[in-house]
Amino acid sequence: MTQTFSSTGRDRFVGTPRSRVDGPAKVTGLAKYAGEFTAPGLLHGSVVSSAIARGRIAAIDSAAAEAVPGVAKVLTHANRPRTAWLDYNYQDAVAPPGSPFRALYDDKIHYSGQPVALVVAEDFETARYAATLVRVEYEAETPETDLAAAAGSAYDPPKKRNGIKPPPKPWGDAEAVFDTSAVKLRHEYTLAVEHHNPMEPHASTVVVEEDGSYTVYDKIQGVSNSQGYLASVFGLAKDTVRVMNPYLGGAFGSGLRPQYQLFLAMLAARDLGRSVRVVLTRDQMWSFSFRPESLQTVGLGADRDGTLQALSHDAVQQTSRFEDYQEVVVNWSGVLYKCSNVALTYRLAQLDTPTPADMRAPGAVTGVFAIETAMDELAYATGLDPIQLRLKNYTEADQTAEDKPFGSKALKACFAEGAERFGWAERNPEPRSMREGRELVGWGVATGIWESMMMQSGAHAILGADGRLEVGNSTGDLGTGTYTILTQIAADTLGLPMEDVTTKLGDTRLPEAPVAGGSWTAASSGTAVMKACRDVAEQAFKLARTMEDSPLANVDFERVAFAKGRIEVAGDPTRGVALVDVLRAAGVDKLEATAEAGPDKDFNAKYEAYTHSAIFAEVKIDEELGQVRLTRIVSAIAAGKVLNPKTARSQILGGVVMGIGSALEEESMMDTRIGRFMNHNLGEYHVPVNADIHDIEVIFVEEEDRANPLGVKGLGEIGVVGTAAAIANAVFHATGKRIRHLPITVDKIIG
Amino acid sequence: MNRFEYVRAGTVAEAVQAFAGAEGSRFIAGGTNLIDLMKYDVERPGRLVDITRLPLDRIEERDGGLRLGALATNAAVAYDARVQSRYPLLANAILAGASAQLRNAASTGGNLLQRTRCYYFYDTATPCNKREPGSGCSAIGGIARIHAIFGTSAHCIATHPSDMCVALAALEAVVQVSGPKGERSIPIADFHRLPGNTPEQDTNLKPGEIVVAVDLPARDFGSHYTYLKLRDRLSYAFALVSVAAGLELDGDQVKTARLALGGVAHKPWRNRKAEALLQGKPANRESFQAAADLIVAEAKTQGGPQGNAFKVELARRAIVRGLEQAAAGTPQSISDKRIQ
Amino acid sequence: MLIESGSPVAADTRIGISLTINGHRRDLQVAPWTTLLDLLREHLDLTGTKKGCDHGQCGACTVLVNGTRVNSCLTLAVMKDGAEITTVEGLAGLAGTGSNSLHPIQEAFIEHDAFQCGYCTPGQLCSSVGLINEGHARSRDEIREAMSGNICRCGAYTNIVDAIEDVMSQGGGR
Repeated sequence: MTQTFSSTGRDRFVGTPRSRVDGPAKVTGLAKYAGEFTAPGLLHGSVVSSAIARGRIAAIDSAAAEAVPGVAKVLTHANRPRTAWLDYNYQDAVAPPGSPFRALYDDKIHYSGQPVALVVAEDFETARYAATLVRVEYEAETPETDLAAAAGSAYDPPKKRNGIKPPPKPWGDAEAVFDTSAVKLRHEYTLAVEHHNPMEPHASTVVVEEDGSYTVYDKIQGVSNSQGYLASVFGLAKDTVRVMNPYLGGAFGSGLRPQYQLFLAMLAARDLGRSVRVVLTRDQMWSFSFRPESLQTVGLGADRDGTLQALSHDAVQQTSRFEDYQEVVVNWSGVLYKCSNVALTYRLAQLDTPTPADMRAPGAVTGVFAIETAMDELAYATGLDPIQLRLKNYTEADQTAEDKPFGSKALKACFAEGAERFGWAERNPEPRSMREGRELVGWGVATGIWESMMMQSGAHAILGADGRLEVGNSTGDLGTGTYTILTQIAADTLGLPMEDVTTKLGDTRLPEAPVAGGSWTAASSGTAVMKACRDVAEQAFKLARTMEDSPLANVDFERVAFAKGRIEVAGDPTRGVALVDVLRAAGVDKLEATAEAGPDKDFNAKYEAYTHSAIFAEVKIDEELGQVRLTRIVSAIAAGKVLNPKTARSQILGGVVMGIGSALEEESMMDTRIGRFMNHNLGEYHVPVNADIHDIEVIFVEEEDRANPLGVKGLGEIGVVGTAAAIANAVFHATGKRIRHLPITVDKIIG
Repeated sequence: MNRFEYVRAGTVAEAVQAFAGAEGSRFIAGGTNLIDLMKYDVERPGRLVDITRLPLDRIEERDGGLRLGALATNAAVAYDARVQSRYPLLANAILAGASAQLRNAASTGGNLLQRTRCYYFYDTATPCNKREPGSGCSAIGGIARIHAIFGTSAHCIATHPSDMCVALAALEAVVQVSGPKGERSIPIADFHRLPGNTPEQDTNLKPGEIVVAVDLPARDFGSHYTYLKLRDRLSYAFALVSVAAGLELDGDQVKTARLALGGVAHKPWRNRKAEALLQGKPANRESFQAAADLIVAEAKTQGGPQGNAFKVELARRAIVRGLEQAAAGTPQSISDKRIQ
Repeated sequence: MLIESGSPVAADTRIGISLTINGHRRDLQVAPWTTLLDLLREHLDLTGTKKGCDHGQCGACTVLVNGTRVNSCLTLAVMKDGAEITTVEGLAGLAGTGSNSLHPIQEAFIEHDAFQCGYCTPGQLCSSVGLINEGHARSRDEIREAMSGNICRCGAYTNIVDAIEDVMSQGGGR
């Protein structure tokens, strides 16, 4: 059964491909991002970053900078205005346990690139120039930024991060059974530190309004998080801080937490009583938030027929010295495969770096790469086809959650449809057996998985006398298509054309919604918008029934349809009234409703909810020179209902492209002598360019899910998970070389 | 970006004079590297002499070859019909570098003068002898996977990042310069330097000299050539190793071989002994391997997982493949990334 | 001040230049270090042109200078005195289709969902127009290569190529 939203039971827009409603604004340059709003007398801040990774600031000389005409102030730890002093006040809504970093707090250096001064000037160029004149003397200590060296001191984080499931207790006896297994594999896997690098660098514009209140434009994935942070750090009443962010130039997790440019912009604005904008440079995008490195060991013990008997997955992941950042790395192995003896561990080791942050499918990208590469190795060790092996160990229940069944899991269909489209049956499993000219051809497959979540979320709907509808809430559209799907849902629910619906997002004056992340926005905001629109529909219906000679006088709400701007008796369009006439007759200028939606507790008590995928990759590798061309990807996705196949496909394409980067290119290279990422720019940190990307086919398999009324499970992350493993497995198939450390660069192929 | 004076020059003489008139002058044309470095506070010119209005953008016939004006953009050169038909090696090398936008702005002279992409050179938080003579080389013992394997010194292991110059080296182009003491010609092989004790000097240009043209000799290697570039992604990345190869064949015998490597040294790297070795030899894999072995025998690498030892084998194989492509008359395509 | 050939302009002096931006002639006073990108974004509030890296490594700042695509972040405004600049805000005008309609490439980007967050989009659009003007790229491989100077972190590359192919097949939309 397909879920429906419109009261007629027939969706006009939902489920159909629709162009982005924010498209015209984005292709004309009219869409404004956080660092593009201006204000009278706007000042510009330029950040001075620490050259060392650990130690203290011995002296800062800002005299030369202050002497530059146009410089308003140089803020450092020595002259910064007071802000809240308890850690608690700096903990934003999604902060991990610990003491959040405070910019310009004292003379201590916690990591390379830490902000040590903010130069505030009348124009951007003056600020940037004066920032080069600030002289900082350090007393440097030797930093520890080598995870392998620090792994000996790894620990089980005493405080767990909210929303992150720690590894389940082991079951069976993985170690003993591994030792006696007929087929045994145990290897280490890593992927390099990756930085999010959304195309828009982080930026905040703090506008001081005439009444002393603040309007803040911040690059954040949920404005309520920045509002709460600013209120508690600066001791402000929430209603004096309006945070807006109508568009985000990507974020991928880097915009979940308020970053230091927001703190600095508000600090300067309050200190100087003027509006201030702080935009980070591209290089400064390496000074916070990254996908952490994890040292992983996967052990698989199996029968000769491929039946898993023992599974262990251990990870040591880096965090900072001041926060216990955590993500789910190892649990996926237990969720994906049926096995009677499983041991999963996850520990942290502290390094002198910023705190890592969620980056598209945090933990899953890391852990699933390891388990899905290991499963490919097991396929070769047992002589099974990699898909067969996965089906042999398939599970319909989540062993990490007391064997609760999955709410839905169409992974088998992903394998079947993906394999069909890819032509998997033609594969000769022998490594190095397929070639075209000088190129070795490799085909690889892997599974992807991500949690399907829903969060408490509000939304409002306002139907105006002109028949136009506005809906919205405070969450952000990172480019995910939220504007578009909410418009579709609202239009269907009230039977309006999409052109008559305006969706507003990213404004703390709108009903509160969580940060956009975790692939939960469609379910959460979508349901809330639908409920608000339903409420408006009921209000309109009640008014319609009381109209003089109302054709709906004796009809129940369940028996009417909303279509073409009218309320009609279902099946009899001649009996109905236009919404604008309803409002006019009632003498109201609008109908308004605010609704809340949250996770279905009954469903969650009974089921575990995940999205799944099967990813097929083809690589062509020059046998002699090791150059990899990724020629084909088929990604088959099971993610419940697809609201908009056009934007949904793009979400998956984006995930796949990021997965390609992860597999073949992306690596922030740490010089451990000085604790500094050295390739901190887009010239030397390689993300895929157009020439790297060839055919990507996206398949959405049928899957019915009931976790929320929309039947959606979220698409933001699933496209990236497992993609790197499929590529690494294809590289093995092509070359016979198993590369367990990403990215797979030429040195590893020919080395 | 620091504060600087600006002079717009109308003639070469005016440019040379303006350059001499202030401390720390720099000529600016396309600006694609200089402005980049100024934003990183690596370059802090006292005066910028804008030479974009000088009449130096022509591409002209000269002595059976071509004269490329210093201000001809990389795109103008690469897409010039004469360059495409007679010097496809040069066209391909240029098109293998940077992006369309950068090639539209970058000039021929500027390409010659672009500076290394060493991470440490670019980062003022770290010591670098090229940026601050005497401060030390951070790349040695650091992250050196993009660094040089030939002609390094204890003071610098940086590479020259140009693709165009690698082709110019193989073509034995001649750089025409003008300066306070008049005009002179510098063979491309003598234009760039090895780092030695003075890595801060990239080239043998004397202070105040301006590149006015690059002369391509009549021998164009237009039939048997390739520009093969290996990098960390398939476009818009600097070479780990690149090979510019030009051959003149007599039947299946090598009459003349020209071979220059990019991404492996402080200048486009040529090895005359290897070229001589090929002369008179059959144009086959065996000969090419012998030449490659001779070249890489001189390699000196930086160790460790972040080092560049892999470049030796990569270079060896790339040389062989490049020579094979040249001999077979199947030059590497720019847009089809399959390596022929 | 106005600039005279060969005469140095001191560092604290604003220089008078004239640019035609999206069809409108603008007489401007600029500092020598003001890039074309910063002139557009910071001084003229034409924020459609984006700053993604400020170093020529991403292409978000791509504009057309005299019809040719360049990175405006690596271009000093003073050096382009007299030039015609087209930014994303002027693309529709370039197509000569009236102020309310879009350039065919803009339409195609919407139709093919050739963007997500939209931040690289102005640069992709200007670069696409530049590519079509250049006339060197025809096949998908050639388009991919010629568009590799524009990074899209949202990964819309295949859709971008589709959009460009679409416009080229309709005669280029020049």
